[in-house]
Amino acid sequence: MNESAINLVEELLINASFEQRSELKQYIKLCRRDTVEKPVIFVGGGTCGRAAGATDTIAAIKQYLDENNFDAELVETGCIGLCSAEPIMDIQLPGRNRISYKNITKEKVTNILDAAINSTIYSKNVLWQFENDFSTQWEGIPFIQEVPFFKNQKRIVLSHCGKTDPLNIDEYLALGGFKSFSNSILNKTPAQIRDNVLKSGLRGRGGGGFPTAKKWNITANTTAEHKYLICNADESDPGAFMDRAIIEGDPFMLLEGIAITAYATGITQAYIYIRSPYILAKKRLQKAINICKEQGLLGDNILNSGFNLSIKIVIGAGAFVCGEETALIASIEGKRGIPRPKPPYPAERGLFNMPTVINNVETLSNIPSIINKGDEWFKEIGTDKSSGTKVFSLTGKVNNIGLIEVPMGTTIREIIYNIAGGIPDNKKFKAVQIGGPSGSCIPEELIDTQIDYESLEEIDAIMGSGGFIVVDENTCMVDLAKFFIGFLKDASCGKCIPCREGTRRMKEILDEITKKPLNGNHHSLSRFKGVMQLEQLGEIIEETSLCGLGKTAPKPVLSALKYFREEFEEHIYERKCRANVCKGLRSYEINIENCTGCTICLSKCPENAIMGTPRSPHFIIEDKCIGCGICYDVCKFNAITIK
Amino acid sequence: MTIDIEVNNRTIKATKGETILSALHKNGIRVPTLCHMKDLFPTGACRMCVVEMEGKKNLVPSCSYPVTEWIKIKTHSPRVIKARKTIIELLLSSHPDDCLYCIRNGNCELQSLSESFNIQERRFAGHKTTKQIDRTSESIIREPEKCILCERCVRYCEEILNISAIDFIGRGSDSTIGPEFNNGLNISSCIDCGQCTLLCPSGALHEKTNFNIIIEALHNPKTHVIAQYDGAFASSISEEFGIKSGKDISKLINSTLKLMGFDKVFDTSFGSDLYITEVSQQIINNIKSNKNLPVVSSHCPAWVKYIDKNFPEAKKLFTTVKPPQQLLGKILKTYYAEKISIEKENIFVVSINSCTAKKDEITKPNYSSNGVKNIDASLTTRELAAFIRIHDIQVNQMIETLSDLPFGFSSSSGKISAISGGLTEAIARTAYYMSNEKEIQPPRINKLRNTKSTKELTISLNKKRYQMVAVDNIKKAHQLVKEAMNGDSNIAFIEVNVCPQGCINGGGQPLKCDDEILKARKKYLYDIDNRASIRTTYKNSEIKEIYSKYLDDPGSKKSIELFYEKHILKQQKYDSI
Repeated sequence: MNESAINLVEELLINASFEQRSELKQYIKLCRRDTVEKPVIFVGGGTCGRAAGATDTIAAIKQYLDENNFDAELVETGCIGLCSAEPIMDIQLPGRNRISYKNITKEKVTNILDAAINSTIYSKNVLWQFENDFSTQWEGIPFIQEVPFFKNQKRIVLSHCGKTDPLNIDEYLALGGFKSFSNSILNKTPAQIRDNVLKSGLRGRGGGGFPTAKKWNITANTTAEHKYLICNADESDPGAFMDRAIIEGDPFMLLEGIAITAYATGITQAYIYIRSPYILAKKRLQKAINICKEQGLLGDNILNSGFNLSIKIVIGAGAFVCGEETALIASIEGKRGIPRPKPPYPAERGLFNMPTVINNVETLSNIPSIINKGDEWFKEIGTDKSSGTKVFSLTGKVNNIGLIEVPMGTTIREIIYNIAGGIPDNKKFKAVQIGGPSGSCIPEELIDTQIDYESLEEIDAIMGSGGFIVVDENTCMVDLAKFFIGFLKDASCGKCIPCREGTRRMKEILDEITKKPLNGNHHSLSRFKGVMQLEQLGEIIEETSLCGLGKTAPKPVLSALKYFREEFEEHIYERKCRANVCKGLRSYEINIENCTGCTICLSKCPENAIMGTPRSPHFIIEDKCIGCGICYDVCKFNAITIK
Repeated sequence: MTIDIEVNNRTIKATKGETILSALHKNGIRVPTLCHMKDLFPTGACRMCVVEMEGKKNLVPSCSYPVTEWIKIKTHSPRVIKARKTIIELLLSSHPDDCLYCIRNGNCELQSLSESFNIQERRFAGHKTTKQIDRTSESIIREPEKCILCERCVRYCEEILNISAIDFIGRGSDSTIGPEFNNGLNISSCIDCGQCTLLCPSGALHEKTNFNIIIEALHNPKTHVIAQYDGAFASSISEEFGIKSGKDISKLINSTLKLMGFDKVFDTSFGSDLYITEVSQQIINNIKSNKNLPVVSSHCPAWVKYIDKNFPEAKKLFTTVKPPQQLLGKILKTYYAEKISIEKENIFVVSINSCTAKKDEITKPNYSSNGVKNIDASLTTRELAAFIRIHDIQVNQMIETLSDLPFGFSSSSGKISAISGGLTEAIARTAYYMSNEKEIQPPRINKLRNTKSTKELTISLNKKRYQMVAVDNIKKAHQLVKEAMNGDSNIAFIEVNVCPQGCINGGGQPLKCDDEILKARKKYLYDIDNRASIRTTYKNSEIKEIYSKYLDDPGSKKSIELFYEKHILKQQKYDSI
């Protein structure tokens, strides 16, 4: 494969004379999987797939192929996006369309392969088929673009994810990869590229939404001995996995984006800062870098253009704050990862005190398409001021959990009810938490808000890096706010006082109101005072904190307070949690009718709060009960009810 | 280029590129800060200096925000004051606030900020992290619970001193500042210079005090208690009693010490005179034999500790003469003990100086013989002031007395060695005389009297030109010694002080020192020198007497036995032992 790849690079990127050569054309068709010579089996082998058992599935497939002398190609892809259906296994038989199956654990492999060996398909667990002009379709199976999950998506960054072999550069080249890059370095000036990106209206996808090309221009126009590019892949928001999936599914697109950006800003040294738990992503990225080096797409004098670029992976130790650019820089420099005041901005003075461009994975992955298809094409997508698409990781109480890419301007309702397939068990939607731990909770009345930078700002929310956590009526908003502020409290670097001490006090106030209330006026007063302080404290933290993380740390609490105030008030005044989540506020009683006196609850109660004699009804001593719910769980006679 | 900016509805001038804070200070507008340090890159940690700026959503930290164009700010708007007050309240919420038990009670920056913001209610009460007090160091105590993480000590230790003994540990509200792995300071890279104790706003870092042994000694009728204090102490003690800095109150201190029960009060500068004499002799000897050059000073215990920890090979360049306070201590426990017929075990010497590292120095085994320490206790300027307060003595109402003879008198050379460059000046005078048998002219050497961190002097010794260098920056000193180790240097003597500007800015000096105060301390000592009739050690009659009666000559067998560091001698393969 390697030799052909070198040929491909030369033919596709430099000579463009391949059109006359039929054997190369045939090879490209094979790489694009337009046609296959033997059955090809694809398994979604991203981290989500592996967590669902893809490794076992692959082993089972290999075993089957060996045992049955079945001549087929096995390809491990990244995640296609529908993580809740993982492990996803696709099969493409010669002359027929590629078809996908969901939840293929190792036991189910045999069924599918038994069918495939006979050139037919297994009819259960089918998800969809891919459209292909060169092969015949399967009857009665929807095309992928017709499935609700994909129908409303617009995939630019994720266009290859889950479909191709992430580490096969031939496939990437055959699909038009590195064309933008070669075109850029051979035919365009850096200023032209910056101009293209400026016109496209691309804004930083890491959370801030700062126009990408403006940042580039600052660095490009600063004179310095060295300049650096950093790709920020330190994705640490709970429930966010966009960057991981992009790197695992299509590392070459990211590398191409980095290479174009470096060329456009006059940079020859790039760093990818990736967090250490992303083991698979790091491995694939390193392999992809090595392949690019072998092919002469990285290194010195790339494609004889005189442009040099070296890319180095730096592993972050996993501190949340290192996603903040100045802390990230400190971390790469080998110092403790803590932010420093801005200005000076990294674009003027960053890594090793040199001008530094820092862009997020998703931002950089957008670049090749913008250069390839033009800024006008990109500008057309999305809204006026927020062009392009945005990748979100859909999690929480939705049917389809996974990774989606939607045009800017899509409403929250469309995402939840069309793409995500609604909320399981027909539960009522309560809120969606957008923008990671420092994002806002958006309530039902704002569900028709469009997702773009301006509309979100209007409702006091942020785009963030792309977390999208849906919660239903069974979630307590106070508890959710407590979770996020607890996360931020632990993740605070400890440098500036408002964030360090303030988040801790906010967490304590929320702990206080979700705890089992003590008797006495003093405690009631302190609960009441706490909530009064919560807002004031939150505002001060927002106003005075050093870095972006501190400034947005109180957001989840403040937005919950704004939109779900009555729930907070219930916790304080009525000492009640309507979702029955806050254990401290729950109280139980025993229904005498149902209780048989089996003594199970009595023996399991950790606080000895249940009394009674065998074979006669038991009672709960309320003062002792801590609301843990163990009795409720162990009772076999439904005798224990929540008051 | 100056720019007009609008502050509190008033137009003031600012230089382009300077921070808002600096512009405010120049115009006499005060804004509270806890982490700001002059001349260091702003860290923006405390957020106390925030101001309200028109057009900005959030408050802006004035310490790090550069003025680049016209801006309109408010330094004391309700929003700003509320934010500052909340920050102080948050700090207090995790502070032990046991002010009555704190060494900094009354001069704590957190305490005074809390007072100035009129905080009278405990608004945030919650969990306080318990942290261990670190008493392992001989000189500095670390109380991390009191630490407000302003980072001043960390930055000074790293950026100015290049030691990095302490840094942040942990994350979020569990953050603490301490040595690596949160070990004790005694096994860290700390060199006891104590500069951090000068910077700490809250009492998380302070000197280790043990008054009890001194009080016991003072009240033991069998014990003959001697106080010896140095020039750096004399230059600054007035500040502790509200008298303007640089004012000479040493004669009042003499009578105060006597009143507290000290039997004799001597001057460590006498030890310096001995030190200067011996080191000069050594330089001349080394020049003659052309080996072990340059001679590196050993009078700064923090520097000695630094070399012991980081560059032990360089120890062979060090002068073999013990530090000044040890020389006097040794003389007191030998010559003086014989003279007044008191057993040396019954002599208790308290050295009063500006240094925290000397607390560590006096515990070293090579500064005691047969279990008797040369110096029994070392007190800093701050501690002596506290000790006087315990005795409730009104210093300004005392009657002036001179210090006792024979060791209460020194040449002015011994005095100025408390300033960086002063020791070199003194040694230049003596060594020049020893080598050329005439006095150096003029005795006042202006080249060594500036504030640069490296000061150089070219001097003719033994008919050759040599350099003498005074450094008060560890990084530069390390480099200089490293170059000297490779040979081929023309340097005869290197004086190193760890504390910038020398002992007058030592870690045990009164708090809240600034450039003006330092200048006053310096002036005090240089004035003594400029006015003195005896400016060189070899003219000091007491020194002459002790050599003629007891020690023979500088560098004699007796001197070597009493004054020389045996382990360095061994390293240098001296013939005489």
